[in-house]
Parts: sequence; C-alpha cells; structure tokens
Amino acid sequence: MVGEGILKGLVETARNFFGSYVGKDRLTTVQYPEERLPQIEAARSFPFLVYDGPDWDKGMRCVACQICEKECPPKCILIKKSADKKPDAVGKPQFYPAVFNIDISVCMSCQICVEVCPFDAIKMDVDYDLSTDDRFGDLLLDKERLAKSNEYYNAIHPTEAAAVDAHFAEERAKAEAKAKAATEAKAAAEAKVAPAAQEQPVGGETQ
Amino acid sequence: MTQALDQIFVLTKQWLLGFVPASAQPICSAILSVVPVLIGFPLLFAITTWLERKGLGRLQNRYGPNRTGPYGLFQPIADAIKSLTKEDIVPLTADHTVHFLAPVLLAAASFLGYAVLPIGRNMVLVNMNAGVLYFFAVGSVVELAVFMAGWSSRSKYSLLGAMRAIAQMISYEVPLVLASIVAIMQAGSLSTVAIVDKQAGYTGIWPHWFVFTPWGVVGFALFMIAATAESNRSPFDLPEGESEIIAGYYIEYSGFKFALFFLGEYLGMFATSGMAITLFLGGWSAPFSFLTWIPSYVWFFAKLLALIAGFIWIRGTLPRLRMDQLMSLAWEFILPMALLNMLDAGIWHFMPAGVLRWLVCTAIVAVPCVLLGQGLKRNKKFQVRTYQFAK
Amino acid sequence: MITDASPAAQPELEPLSETSEEQLLEIAMGPQHPSTHGVFRMNVVLDGEHVVRLKPVFGYLHRNHEKIAESETYLGSMPYTDRLDYMCPITNNWAYALAVEKLAGIQVPERAEYLRVIVGELTRLQNHACLIGFLMQDMGSSGTPLMYAFREREKILDLFESLTGARMMCNYMRFGGCRVDMPAGWLEQAQNVVREFPRFLDEYENLLVSNEILMERTQGVGVLSKELAINAGMSGPMARASGVNYDIRKVDKYSIYERFAFRVPLGAHGDVYDRYMIRFLEMRESLKILNEAMRDIPAGPIVDPKMRIRGFRPKPGEAYGRIESPKGELGFYLISNGSLNPYRYRVRPPSLINLTVLEDLCIGQNVADVVAILGSVDIVLGEVDR
Repeated sequence: MVGEGILKGLVETARNFFGSYVGKDRLTTVQYPEERLPQIEAARSFPFLVYDGPDWDKGMRCVACQICEKECPPKCILIKKSADKKPDAVGKPQFYPAVFNIDISVCMSCQICVEVCPFDAIKMDVDYDLSTDDRFGDLLLDKERLAKSNEYYNAIHPTEAAAVDAHFAEERAKAEAKAKAATEAKAAAEAKVAPAAQEQPVGGETQ
Repeated sequence: MTQALDQIFVLTKQWLLGFVPASAQPICSAILSVVPVLIGFPLLFAITTWLERKGLGRLQNRYGPNRTGPYGLFQPIADAIKSLTKEDIVPLTADHTVHFLAPVLLAAASFLGYAVLPIGRNMVLVNMNAGVLYFFAVGSVVELAVFMAGWSSRSKYSLLGAMRAIAQMISYEVPLVLASIVAIMQAGSLSTVAIVDKQAGYTGIWPHWFVFTPWGVVGFALFMIAATAESNRSPFDLPEGESEIIAGYYIEYSGFKFALFFLGEYLGMFATSGMAITLFLGGWSAPFSFLTWIPSYVWFFAKLLALIAGFIWIRGTLPRLRMDQLMSLAWEFILPMALLNMLDAGIWHFMPAGVLRWLVCTAIVAVPCVLLGQGLKRNKKFQVRTYQFAK
Repeated sequence: MITDASPAAQPELEPLSETSEEQLLEIAMGPQHPSTHGVFRMNVVLDGEHVVRLKPVFGYLHRNHEKIAESETYLGSMPYTDRLDYMCPITNNWAYALAVEKLAGIQVPERAEYLRVIVGELTRLQNHACLIGFLMQDMGSSGTPLMYAFREREKILDLFESLTGARMMCNYMRFGGCRVDMPAGWLEQAQNVVREFPRFLDEYENLLVSNEILMERTQGVGVLSKELAINAGMSGPMARASGVNYDIRKVDKYSIYERFAFRVPLGAHGDVYDRYMIRFLEMRESLKILNEAMRDIPAGPIVDPKMRIRGFRPKPGEAYGRIESPKGELGFYLISNGSLNPYRYRVRPPSLINLTVLEDLCIGQNVADVVAILGSVDIVLGEVDR
C-alpha cells in the first residue's frame, strides 16, 4: 500500500520517543559537567613528566636524552640539557633537563614520545579540561607544570603504572644485588689479602 | 457551572463592555476580541517552539533544551531575546522597502486567518457567511509575502528558494480547497460556525465529527498533507531546505525579521490546523458525550496540540521531497483523490444510512489507493530491491 | 570530466549575464555549506532547477601531508596518516603500515593480523554508520537517523579508546604489527557491541528501506554506469554499486582476509539507492568477519620482534601498499633512498578519485539531487586535499 514505508518509519521514531523515557540506551546524553563519563584507562590527552618521591625537581625521571624531542612528529618538545649531573633512581649520576617545554597547542597526542622514552619518564595524561583564555603563553607547558607525581600516574593508569613500578623495582633489585655481590667480592678479596698479610710475620703455621 | 466555565470568556467580555459607553462599544468589543487572539496564539507559538525542540530531542535520543529554566521552559524567552538583540543586516543591493515589508505582511496575513476560527462555543471573532472562503483567500496572501522576501533579497539562493516556495504553495492551494469542499458540502454552508454546529451532536456517546466517515478520513488526510505543504514544513520544506540552499527565501534575514518569519510560518500552521479541526474534527466539541463538561476552548486547544504533535513527529521522521516530486504528488495524486472524495461525499449524502453506505464509500476511496500503489510498483518507479553477491 | 577532452572544448563557467539568452544561474555551493562534508565547493550552473555544468573546487584543506612526510621519519608520519581520512583513521594507518612492510620486507605475526582485521572492520562499521546517517540528514530528515547512527558509532569509538587511547586519531598500527595489545575485558566488550549491532541495522532498515520518500529521492538519481566506473578508476562501494566486482580484500588477499567467509554485495543500477544499500549490506558482512576473527584470535606477539622503533632505515626501493578502506582503494606509494625519511611519499586518495566523476553524475539532475549524490560518493575532505 502507498505510504506503508512511511508509517513503518513513524512507528520506529515513536518507539524511540517513548523508549527515551523508559531506558537509558535510548537516551544517551551525559549531562556534562554535572555528570561525567567514567574515565577509560587507556585514554590519552597530553604528555606529562613523572617524578618519584616528594620533590618534583629532584625526583624527576627525565635524563634529558632528547630522544622524545627528536622523534616528536610536530616537534613540539624543547629540551635544554643541564650542565651538571644528579643521581637517578638507582644512584647513577645523570643529566637532567634544565628546560623542558611542550607546546600543547602543537602536540597531536600521538604518544610517540612515550613509546620511545627509555626511562619511563614521560607518560600521557588524561586531563581534557585544559582550555584557557590566555592566547599566548598558557598552552606552553614548562617543566614545573608538566611534572606530576608517580602516585598521580598510578591513579590514572593503574595497570601501566604498576608494570612500570614493577620494572623499576626489578632494576633496583638487580642493581642492589649487583652492588651486594660487588661489596661481598671486595670484602672477600680484602679478607684474602689480610690473613695472607697476617700469616707472613708469624711464618709457617701450616696445617 | 460548567456552562459558566465554558462561556467564561464571553461573559467576561460582556461584563467589561458594561463599563464602556454605548457609542464606544463596537470598537471596544472588537479590541476585546482581537487582543486575546493576538496574545494567545503567539504564546502558543512560544510553547510550540519549546515543544518542538523537546519533542525532536526525545525522538533523536537526546534531551531537548533543559538548562534555561526547569525543563528548558524559558527557552522561548531566550530565543526572543536573542532575535531581538541580533544585528539587523540588510544586503546593500536589496530592495529595502520590500525587504522590510515582507515579514510584516506575512505575520499580518497569518493573523487575519484567525478571524473565522471558532475557538469555543460562541467564541468566534467574526461570524461570516463565507468564513471558509475568506480563510483561503487570506491564506494566499502568505504566498505573496514569501515571494516578496525572496525577490527583494537579490541573492541567488533566496531567489531559488522563493521560486520553489511559490510553485509549491500555489500547487497545494488547489488540493487544500478541494479537500475542504467535502466538509462544506455536508454542512451545507461556508460559515465555520455552521460547520462546527453540524458536528456538535452525538449519537449515543459517538460524536458526529466528519472525520469518522470514509470521505472524512480521506479529506482530513489530504487536507493535512496540503496544510503541511502550505506551511513549508517537513517533508515539504524544500523552500527552506536547510541542508541544501541553507534557508531559501529568508537567507538574507537576521534578527527580529527572521523571528517574524518563523512566527508567520507557525501561525499559518496553527491557522490551517485550526481550520482542519473546524472542518473535520468537530471544532470545539468533545469526543464523547460524557466529556462535555470540559470547556469547549480546552478541547479546541487540545486538538490543536495533538495536530502540532503530529507535525513534529512527521518532521522528525521523514526526509524531504524534491520539488518535482512534491508537485507531481499534488497534481497527480492528491488532486484526483480529492475529486474522488467529493464524489464519495455526494454518494454518502444521498444513500440511506447503514452498513452498505459505509462499505460502498470506503471501497470508492480505498480501491484507487491500493491500485495506485500497485501501479507504481509495477512501473518500477520505486521498489525495494534485492541485491546479488559476487561469486 | 566531460568526454570531449580537446582543449578548445574545455568547459568554462559562464558568468551570469543579462545578455545571455539562456539565463543560466551560477551558484557556488560551499565551501561553507551544511552538506558538503567538509570545506568543498561546487560551482554549479543551473538552468532552472537542472544542473548544466558542475565544477568541483577543492584544496581548502590542503595541509602538505606528502611534503611533511618527506622530512619526517617513517614512524613520524604514522600519526599524520590518521588525519587523512579522519573518519577511518585505523585503516589509513593500516595502508601505510602495509606499504612500509612491503618496502622493508617485514613480517607481521598472527595475533597482530587478527587485531588489525578486527579494528579495521570496526572502522568500516563506524564509517558506514556515519554515511547512512549523514545521507539521510542531507536529504532533510532533521537529524533523527543521524542520531541513531551516531548512538551506535559511539559504542565503537569507546572500544577504540579502550584499546588505543584515542577515539579517533588512533595511531595504532606499527610496522610489523600493532602498537598495543587488548586490555583485559576488551574482547568481551567488543563481542557485546558486535552482538547488538544487527538490532540497530534492523531498526534502521525499518525506518528507511521501504520509505517511499527515500526511494523516490534516491532511485534513478546519479546513475553511474559500469563502463564509466571502470574507466574512471572508481573503487570501493561506489564501483560495486555499479556492478563492478572489485573488492581488494578478495583481489589482493592482503592480511588474513582469505580465512573469513564474507560475500561482496553488488548493485545493478549504480544510483544513489544502490550505493546506500551496498553499504548497508557491507556492514552486515563486516559483522560476520568480526565474529569469526574475535572467535579465532590466537595468542602471541603483537609486533615483529626484530623491528626497532628508532633508526628505521628501509633499503632503497619503492613499494605500493593498498587496502580496501571503507571509501575505496587507499594506497600509499613510497620511494626510499636508504635514509630515515622517505624520498617520495604519495597517497592515492579514494575520495578524490571517486570525485572526478561528480560532474557526469550530476548533469541533468536537480540541485537537491546534487547534495544526495555528493553524499553517496562519501568523500572526506582530509583525504581529498591531504
């Protein structure tokens, strides 16, 4: 009959109309900012620098290797290496970034900097409420604004952060084991030298 | 008591007129009748814009506006403030006088149509003998206003829109009038009050509305299709085809003139819906005899809101028709069906009451409809297709 | 593209002049237009309501993608390929990764291939859902079918976000596999989405397929003949709707598509209705592929263990890698001279090639049909202009 398809269409929209009062799947609006969607763990917005411990400057993991600066496709990272060194998580003295700027108006959130960082120092944040009314400087994040603690990293990406922490713990354990083995070897070597030195003056107390 | 409630506006007007000296009574009576219409229908327009946005929203799985006031009820006020405070841009090469007059004429012509609609018992502004004729005559002025708007803007898009609008509105005038003739034939008068009075009786609990007869159903359907086309509403909104020629004939309007166009268009929609209610749905009469204690004007506005809801529903569902399809629908489908309907109404009038009358009249209108559908499919003009898959 | 190609008969648009006898109206649809799918302009010459000439003007979104790639490393271009056809970022990544893998002779492990197929077909689903919504919107449905389509698309975008970190601009493929493996619970979530998708398709069919207005607007409109489709280099759903049996998944048998049982729908008339329904049917076939792939995915590494991210220097040579993207044949042509950056990087954009026949499709049709035809070609300006 003429008009049958139109009537079927009308029934379909009526079903959606009444369904929107009954079910949630026909009314998918999330009333932002009062309601927010639950954060998906893997989401990424812009990079941030991770620091361990209470001091953001001293605990920063970044050693200014400048790999992320080279690999960044739109070249939005600027790093200036420091002149001196400071000890890192396992105690080795490393350079640190005197200047570390990311221009998030250029950054395209591609996550390549995170992939190539060998030190797990730069990770992706999930914060998207970043708008500002200062056109000129506010979207250029410097080292201080980029630094966020490892606890924050654990809060936003639990599985990833747990894996990174486990990896660091393993490294630290290996370094400690190596250090312990080194001191033990040194002590054993010293102990071998000392009795031999002690034996000499007495002379020939052999078993 | 119910009688007093039903006639409350009439009684209030008569009471107020008592304070005025007899020489000034005619003019005060006119003012007292016109002012409620001038206030009430724009208020209904505001409510309809809110209803439309919320309704379309729910159809589309979303809330409508819900921030401006509870449930977004202050949205029309926000829209009014917005349209009043926008800059009024007139193109440099436009014809300024005509450009200014077009929305004014549109709104004025739309208001004129309410003069003959009986909103309640004894509540009609002017009881003309040729009320329906007056209504259609005034409705045609709307087309002139639309064309003025498109032509004076001196822009290619608005010219396209104006041409389309004129073609559409003129071609749907004829089916509109022809569809209404059946109601006039049955009532035997062109006066809207007489038509409503003819439908105000009851047999048992069932009303005498014209829509409960075969020719009434068809006439109502055809009238509503033509009314949708006359008010440029979806699926006939090609003149204001938003996704193609942006806004068509009112593309160069901004600010309050744009709001006036909207007002005029919606008022036209209310007026033709009001006429449909008067002609087919029994005007202000209640649907069942045990519901007559509810005042008559409440019934009129309830039916009007139901028709508006129907308009919104159809707008949210259907894509728009192309120009030539629209016109071929008017001249090749609606016009013959309207003529057939007139024949049907005549047969109904002269046959004795009973089941046979129902069967004959239903067959006269239903059979061509089915045949037409099959004919179109046979011509393969449009059909649901099945698809092959590659081997 | 008019068949008479001699220089003397090059079509030039006449300005509207009062002395012209024909009184042709020349309008520019776009670049600011609700229905041109991006910043795209069409100079249309009308005779009343019929189109006499049509010249597409694009380039408003040109971003120097190919030139930038010459100064970026191979990996650095990967996020830029997301932004080519921004409705289907993952398939863009895939085509590029395929081209580089051909260039450098890299093998992709099993699990990575399955992952690629899963996200690729999900991309196809969400792109076609977008198209069927937008075509109805362009024809004036005031957004209702669009909202229904987007409601389903959101579920797929949520899947992408859980897997890759971003809803669009996923940057998911790497040379030799995928960047990251599925998190816990993703496969179940994806299976839920795929299980509920047919219900949406059925509802949509009820709303549209026998809708008389849709049929009137789209059947017989913008007919593309089979010969013209083949001669003009059409690919993808546009060619298949005209009856050309060419699906690169079946022709090239790239990745592991041979293992899945899916059919290729073909249209008989080549009009807008056929293009619309072909995409509908393709969505159903994609669901079949998804079900099989999610059932059969093996465990294993997701990237070739020999691949390094930094310092990737493929041997000098050239390669052309192509896939069946939702829009057509998306190809990347790379020439390497042994350094970190490609010597030449060229994208074969399906939207641009499919647009070349727009004039032939639109001549003689109404203005309102031009919008419907453009919608059925399914262009994305990011790809047309690069």
